[in-house]
Amino acid sequence: MSEQITPGSEVAAEPNPTTSATTVEAPVSPVRRLLSGSAGRNLGLVLALVLIVVVGAITAPDTFTTTSNMLTILRQASIIGVISVGMTFVIIAGGIDLSVGSVMGLASIAATLAVTQDLAENFHWIVMVVFALATGLAAGLINGIVIAYGNVVAFMATLAMLVAARGLAEILAERRTLTIGSRDFINFFNEDFLGVDILIWIFALVAVGGWVLLNRTTFGRRTVAIGGNREASRLAGINVKRHTVWLYALAGLTAGIAAVMILGRTTAGTSTHGQLYELDAIAAVVVGGTLLVGGRGTITGTVLGVLIFATLTNVFVQNNLSSSVQAVAKGVIIIVAVLLQQRFAKQGGRSSS
Amino acid sequence: MTKSFAGVRALKGVDLDILPGEVHCILGQNGAGKSTLIKMLAGVHRPDDGEIAWLGEPVEIHDPQAAIDLGIATMYQELDVVDGLTVAENVFLGHELARGGFSRRSEAAKRTRELLARLGHARLSPHTEVGSLSAANKQIVSMARALSHDIKLIIMDEPSAVLDSEEVKNLFHVVNELTSEGIAVVYITHRLEEIRQIGDRITVLKDGRSMANGLSVAETPTADLIRLMTGRTVENVFPPATPIAADAPTVLDVDGLGLTGAFEDVSFSVRAGEVVGLAGLVGSGRSEILETIYGARRATAGTVSVAGTTLRRGSVVAAVAAGVGLSPEERKSQGLVLDEPIYVNVTLASMARFAKGGFLDERSARSVAREQIEALELRPADPDRAAVTLSGGNQQKILLARWLVHGTRVLLLDEPTRGVDVGARTEIYALIRRLAAEGNAIVVVSSEIEEVLGLADTVLVVADGRILTTVPATEIDEHGVLDLVMKGAAA
Repeated sequence: MSEQITPGSEVAAEPNPTTSATTVEAPVSPVRRLLSGSAGRNLGLVLALVLIVVVGAITAPDTFTTTSNMLTILRQASIIGVISVGMTFVIIAGGIDLSVGSVMGLASIAATLAVTQDLAENFHWIVMVVFALATGLAAGLINGIVIAYGNVVAFMATLAMLVAARGLAEILAERRTLTIGSRDFINFFNEDFLGVDILIWIFALVAVGGWVLLNRTTFGRRTVAIGGNREASRLAGINVKRHTVWLYALAGLTAGIAAVMILGRTTAGTSTHGQLYELDAIAAVVVGGTLLVGGRGTITGTVLGVLIFATLTNVFVQNNLSSSVQAVAKGVIIIVAVLLQQRFAKQGGRSSS
Repeated sequence: MTKSFAGVRALKGVDLDILPGEVHCILGQNGAGKSTLIKMLAGVHRPDDGEIAWLGEPVEIHDPQAAIDLGIATMYQELDVVDGLTVAENVFLGHELARGGFSRRSEAAKRTRELLARLGHARLSPHTEVGSLSAANKQIVSMARALSHDIKLIIMDEPSAVLDSEEVKNLFHVVNELTSEGIAVVYITHRLEEIRQIGDRITVLKDGRSMANGLSVAETPTADLIRLMTGRTVENVFPPATPIAADAPTVLDVDGLGLTGAFEDVSFSVRAGEVVGLAGLVGSGRSEILETIYGARRATAGTVSVAGTTLRRGSVVAAVAAGVGLSPEERKSQGLVLDEPIYVNVTLASMARFAKGGFLDERSARSVAREQIEALELRPADPDRAAVTLSGGNQQKILLARWLVHGTRVLLLDEPTRGVDVGARTEIYALIRRLAAEGNAIVVVSSEIEEVLGLADTVLVVADGRILTTVPATEIDEHGVLDLVMKGAAA
């Protein structure tokens, strides 16, 4: 008899065996169901975003609400956004990936090394993209294999990768900035499509792809199931270890995509690209309503979380507030979001029992 | 001292009174409500109804600290000692001796030494790290902690479960020591022979009710105790077993299976349409046997084959692919993704079948779930309801539906009716028989011997990780099994 007693879960976890078989519950109206579900939580995020936009429009009426400023916000959100989509999967499955920022730096170096650039010159700039993506994927696979088959906790495995990938990037780059020679590469990633930057399109594509993957595929369903109950998933015959490897590979791949994007924006690879991006991504994912313990989360929420931080930064910049003030505000937002989340989680648990 | 409760979910009416200086044994099968009862006394759970009187005054025990303040200490089965701390630090955990924030280590060591001496263990050093101690000595540390408070009642939850016979003798010595100082001991066990040795009075629990309260140990024959422990308050209806076809092939063949530290040399086979029941006490290795067959634990010896094909050791994926399904012991922590809807849980093992090229076909998943809901009378009949909102019986039906949808040849059912009410039990029994009739080979584990006997064609009696006997269910009764099990456990 080893039942664990956790007072919080008690209410939801023990339906009354004698009565609930016949319990007739009041029909829940579709509106209430919507509001209490993930859509409701996302609605809160939309409201928060609207509030920030309103504050921006009031405090900087001339500059904030222009189309070009809106595009700036989206452009700034795009790179963190792509990483956050990958991070969402890892966190929903109950894991964490601290290495994405470093891996992004490493991938940016791999794509801009002299060897790679020579190849690109002789063949096509797409070679650089392939190298960046392959580097991200490989780092993610290593993370996944160490975590799944080495039974190393994700925090430590990816912390090790964070340190090692950054170091490897420095060695390969010899601590220099590697400028991109290919004009075509730079031009491609700085062009517009229908008046919107390519970087924003990439973010949109990754977000939509992530949404489909999470909500419409067996991969997504398994991710949620593993995060919700790892042991039950294992006992239902899901290959949890293999799935874990793919999850971190996915996160690594998004870091590779982010590396390509930052190369396009900065026209050079350096080992310092992506520093602390992992923390921004985790913050966006958590603010977006994904539970750090896993089992619940949405891509829509993550995108909103990313946009909230990007817009907020923009509002601060428009009002000439220092980045230190921004940092404090970010911290406050993270705590408030998590506190609200716990509130929701408790209510959700209660209303469902 | 009197305590009585009523109306708690796991407990439906328990009366218990404890006298100073007595050893009061609580006897009951697994799931009888013993743990819930002591958790209420310890302040972990609160009774919904009824009252607790302490030294004649009605009291409410809000939290574990309140229990300790009253003078009630509890020794849980999973010992609550901190391995990384020393004996003395563990004894004064939570009420450290300190002056101005600095711990008084020599004073703590001295008082710990006194307590250990009182328990007849003066040889234990207060400075030893607890992690290096044996289970028996950890228990002593736990008791010393209880005594470091001014207690009048100590509750021991199956303290002998982790001890060998010499250590049990020593434990009894300590218990006598405590009672001679006027401290009451509530001793929980399912080993009858221990009650004979140290008990003064017995309260028997069954299905959350006290069947008998404060029986004198000396005047109650063992047969009566077994009858009280097993005597049912409700009659379970077992459907008739369909005879197994004479030419039914062997589907599951377990040969010499072993798992170091849990069980060894387990061999049996199950034919299509046959239900084999494993009867034994908690800790006898029943669940471990099922989980090892399933590959959830990696066997250290022997083989499992399904329809002639040997399964890869330690691979659930291989077992599921071969058509083996497990309904695990802990439905909530091992079986269901609680926050996910019914249809997701039902299709969890066969997700790929409800997808095309990796993309989910939610409509067919829902419609299959709806079919199962109808066939199994799962309530509420809404495939989108989260599994957490369902009763135990309906949650069990989800697990059975999962394997019905997947299609199995071998079904391993661990405690299929734990936490399931009487009405739903009958349905689940019928379902299990139906699955057998459809040609599944079924292995059932249950703490309720009656259930094993009622469901199974063949019964394997398990004790201490070994199969004691294999008999047709018709040739053994509940008392026979209990006799075997008790003897096996004592040996």
